[in-house]
Amino acid sequence: MAGASRPEDRPLSPHLSVWRWHVTMLSSILHRLSGIGLYAGGVLFAIWLMAVAAGAETYAPLAPLILSPLGQIVLYLIVAGLAYHLANGIRHLVFDTGAGLEPGDADTSAWFAILFAIAAPVGLWALLTFGG
Amino acid sequence: MSERSMRTPLGRVRHHGAGGAGTGHFIATRVTSIALAILAPWFAVSAALSIRDASYVQALDFLSNPVNAVGAILLIAVGFYHMSIGMQEVILDYIHRPFTKMLLLLLNAFAPLVLAAGAVFAVLLVNFGV
Repeated sequence: MAGASRPEDRPLSPHLSVWRWHVTMLSSILHRLSGIGLYAGGVLFAIWLMAVAAGAETYAPLAPLILSPLGQIVLYLIVAGLAYHLANGIRHLVFDTGAGLEPGDADTSAWFAILFAIAAPVGLWALLTFGG
Repeated sequence: MSERSMRTPLGRVRHHGAGGAGTGHFIATRVTSIALAILAPWFAVSAALSIRDASYVQALDFLSNPVNAVGAILLIAVGFYHMSIGMQEVILDYIHRPFTKMLLLLLNAFAPLVLAAGAVFAVLLVNFGV
C-alpha cells in the first residue's frame, strides 16, 4: 500500500481509543461482572447453609447481619446480579441459535436485560415489604 | 528459531495447539445454564418469600421441606459446576503469568467442590441430622 507506515505503527485491535460506547459492550462486561459477583454470592450461600446446619447458636449472629443495611445491600446486589445474569444468559442462548444478532435486535435485548436487572430486585423487595 | 533442528516446522507445532476440550466446555456452560435458569430464580424467590425475618427457625423450616431440600441440592450441584467453568474462562482470559494462572485454576477447581460438598452435607444434616 502506498504511504503505509511501518508495521509497528499500525493501530492495534481492539482500537479502544476510537470505539464509541455501545450498549452491547456494556451487556458483555456486565455479564462477566455479575458472574464474578455471583461466584462470591455462591460462597455466601454455602456458608449460610452450613451455618443453618451448625445449629441455632452458630446461626444466631447471622440473622441481624442479614437484616442490617450492609446485609440487605449484599442481598440486593446478589438478586440484581442473578436477574442480569439470567436475562443476559437467556439472550446468549438465543444468540447461540443464530437469532437476534442484528445490531438493532441485540441492542434491544441488551437494554431489556439491564432493565430486568433493575426491575427484578425492586419488585422482589416491594413484594416482601408490601405483599401479604 | 535460529537454532538448527532436524524437526520440521509441523513437527515443532504439533500438540501445542488447542486441547480439544473447548466444545465440551461450551456445551457444559449452556446445558448447566438452562437448568439454572429454572432452579436459581425459583429457589431465590421461594427462599426470600419463606425466610422473611432471616431467622434460624424459618431457615430450618424452609430447608426441611423435601421439595426445597432437593431443589437446594440440585442448585448447589449445577450452580457450583457452572461457577467453576465460568470462572475458568475468566482466569484463562485475564491471567497470563503461568504460576498465578495455574494457582488460580487449581483454586477454582477445588474451592467450588469443597463448598458444594459442605453445602450438600448441610442440607442433608438439616433433614436427617440428630
